[in-house]
Amino acid sequence: MDTPDINRRQKQKLGYTYTFLSDPKAEVIRRYDLLHRGAGPKGTDIARPAEFLVDSTGTIRWVNLTENIAVRARPEQVLEAFERGEQATPQ
Amino acid sequence: MSAGAKKSWNWFLWIGFLLALAGFFSYTFFAQFPITRDFPWANLLLFAVGGILLVLGLFRAFGKPRVYRGKILGPILAILGILMFGFFSYVFFYVLRQVPPSTGAPRVGQKAPEFTLSDQDGKDVSLRDLTSRSKAVALIFYRGFW
Repeated sequence: MDTPDINRRQKQKLGYTYTFLSDPKAEVIRRYDLLHRGAGPKGTDIARPAEFLVDSTGTIRWVNLTENIAVRARPEQVLEAFERGEQATPQ
Repeated sequence: MSAGAKKSWNWFLWIGFLLALAGFFSYTFFAQFPITRDFPWANLLLFAVGGILLVLGLFRAFGKPRVYRGKILGPILAILGILMFGFFSYVFFYVLRQVPPSTGAPRVGQKAPEFTLSDQDGKDVSLRDLTSRSKAVALIFYRGFW
């Protein structure tokens, strides 16, 4: 829900190399049914944490919808899901 | 010992209280490490050791009131410790679990709904742009920068 500007500064500060997308009106968050009403700062709507792995055809290969906001997918979980997908699709 | 003799400092109470305080405020630190973030082991351990010391301190204060201080302060610190533990548990085990069910979220095997959003430089990026240039894309919906 942060603006591109905030994302740019945060990305620089933390040294991340991947893309940060901004969804200020929560349109994509709504389309993915991930809106958490009133849970953001000052009762604003915010995304619930969620992670998806999408392959090059746009198909979802792995989903993680946490039951506790503090608990998020770990990087190794995502990599493991990616490797499983690689094995399942013979090149 | 005469009535005016100086009583010993009941350090069990203070250290116990400080540990409970640390248990209450240190989650933002422990949240940096997955093992202490996904389940608050470190915080609960701090509360447990703090609680034991507070109980021992109360036994000292009330069992040997002529030797140790803390008959008034002890119960106050113990109650504050219990309140902090209660509030921490309420937030971690109840509030943080109030997550919407997201039954309509896309599932494995479905096509990820297409979208176009601005990246950190204000440039429009679509999901198709991302998937077409790599083997896989991890979409991470986050909050609070983690």
